[in-house]
Amino acid sequence: MVCEKCNKRPATVHVTKILNDKKTELYLCEQCAKQSEQIPFETSFSINNFLTGILDSIQDSAIKVDYIKTTKCDHCGMTYGKFKQLGRLGCVQCYHAFEEKLTTLIKRIQGNESHIGKIPKRAGGSIRIRNEIKELKSRLDKAIKTEAFEEAVVLRDKIRERENQLNGNNEEVM
Amino acid sequence: MAKWIEQCGPDKDIIISSRIRVARNLDEFPFPVALTKAKSKAVFESVTNAINESVLTHDFEGVLLQEVDPLERQVLVEKHLISPNLAQNYEKGAAFLNKDESISIMINEEDHIRIQCLLPGFQLDEAWDMAEKMDDILEEHVKYAFDEKLGYLTSCPTNIGTGIRASVMIHLPALTMTGYMNRILQAASQIGLAVRGIYGEGTEFIGNVFQISNQLTLGRSEKDIIGNLKDVTRQIIQKERDARSTLLSNNGVQLEDKIYRSFGILSHARILTSQECMKLLSDVRLGIDTGILKDIYVDNMNEIMVMMQPAYLQKIARKSLSSQERDIRRASLVREKLGNKKEDE
Repeated sequence: MVCEKCNKRPATVHVTKILNDKKTELYLCEQCAKQSEQIPFETSFSINNFLTGILDSIQDSAIKVDYIKTTKCDHCGMTYGKFKQLGRLGCVQCYHAFEEKLTTLIKRIQGNESHIGKIPKRAGGSIRIRNEIKELKSRLDKAIKTEAFEEAVVLRDKIRERENQLNGNNEEVM
Repeated sequence: MAKWIEQCGPDKDIIISSRIRVARNLDEFPFPVALTKAKSKAVFESVTNAINESVLTHDFEGVLLQEVDPLERQVLVEKHLISPNLAQNYEKGAAFLNKDESISIMINEEDHIRIQCLLPGFQLDEAWDMAEKMDDILEEHVKYAFDEKLGYLTSCPTNIGTGIRASVMIHLPALTMTGYMNRILQAASQIGLAVRGIYGEGTEFIGNVFQISNQLTLGRSEKDIIGNLKDVTRQIIQKERDARSTLLSNNGVQLEDKIYRSFGILSHARILTSQECMKLLSDVRLGIDTGILKDIYVDNMNEIMVMMQPAYLQKIARKSLSSQERDIRRASLVREKLGNKKEDE
C-alpha cells in the first residue's frame, strides 16, 4: 500500500481517528505521519511516556497511532488519553474502566498478574470471609441438588453467620 | 539531623543508607493526580486523625508543605525525607516526620500515603519491620484501596501489588574507577533491579553514589523482594571490596595520590561547586574507608554530603544566596569540617 498523502512511499503508519463519533482511517508513510499536524508526536521522553508507550505497542501492528482517547472513567473523569499522557490513573475505579488495556500492560511491566504478599488486616479480613461464603454457597448448591437437606440447613446457617460477620465488619469500617 | 546522616550502620564503608518505601491509597478518595485542593486536605486530615488516635500520636509531627518555607522544603529533599516531586507539588502535599527522622510519611505524592523508613548502613529488614508496623497502625484507622487480585492499588501501575520499593544508597568508587559499573547496571536491570542517581527517578549519578532498588512490585512477597535486593547488594558489596583491594595492591600509589589530591583541594579550596565537591568527597570517603586517610580528622561524611547542598547552605546562612556565594560558603564549610577544629553550629 502507498502512502495516502505523498503517494510515493509505502504506508507504514495506520492512523485511526475518532472524533465526535466519526471514524477516519489513514494509511501514511512515517515521514508524512510525522509532518501531519493532526498527529501530535510526543517529543519528551519521560518514564511515564515510556510506560504508556507500551500501551500502544500491545496492539498488533508495529506503529499505530490510536485515538480512542475518549474512553472515560465515570468515577473521576480520567480519560484514556489523559492516562496515556500522565502515566497515572485517577482513582481506584480507573482500574475497571481501563481494565482491558491495563491487564495486558500490568502483565508486561510486572511479569505477573496477581498479588502475593501482604493483605491488609481489615480489607483482607472481609476478603477471606467473602471467599469462604463463595465456597459455602457452592457446597449448598450441591447439597440441594443431591437432596441432602439436613446438610443444606447447616450450610445455610453458616452462610448467614458469615454474612452477618461481614456486615458487622463493614459497620466497624465505616 | 536525620538518623541516617548522624549515625552509622552495618557495612557503612559501602552502604550509606537503606530505605523501604510503601505506597498506600485511601479507598474513598481519587488518587492525588485527580484530587482537588480541598480533598487533598481531607486526605491529610484522615491521616492526621489516624495518627492522633494511635500510639504514634506523640512521635510524629505533620506539616502541610505550603506552610513550610520553600528553603526548608528543599532541605527536606536534600535530607531525603521527602521526594523532589512532593516538594514541587507542595500545594497539595504534606509530610509527617518522627523525632529521629527515620520515618517520614509523604501525603499526596503520587499516592495518598507513602511511608518511608530510612536507616543508616545496610538495614533493609529493620527498615521493613518499621514500615510494616507503621502500615498496620495506620490501617487500623483508615481504609486502604486494596484489590483481591491486584493487591494494593496505586496511581501508577508500576507500584501495584505490594506497593513496596526497597532501596540502598551505595558508594561504589572502586567499581566505577575499574570500569565495572556498566556491567553491574546491565546485570541489575536483567534481574529486575533499577540503578538510579541518589535523588531517585531521573537524577544523575554524582560522586559514585548510586541507588539500587526493586522494579517489580506485583506477584512476589515483600520478603522476596527485599531478599532479592539484599542478595544482589551483598554481592555488589563484595565486588566493591575486591575492587578496592585490587586497586590498593596494584595501583596503591596512584590511588593514594588521587585521594590526597582530592583531600588537598577540599581542605584548601575557596570556591567549590556542588558537582566538584561531590566528586572529591567520594575520593575522601574512599580514603577513609580504605584506611589511607587515617591520620586526618574527618567529621561525619554523610553530614558534609547533606550540608553542602544548596538549600542547606542557605539554611545555615539564614538567607538566600546566589550560586557564586554558595560555592564560596560550601568551600568554607568543607574546610571547617575536614580540618582539625570542630566548630558548633
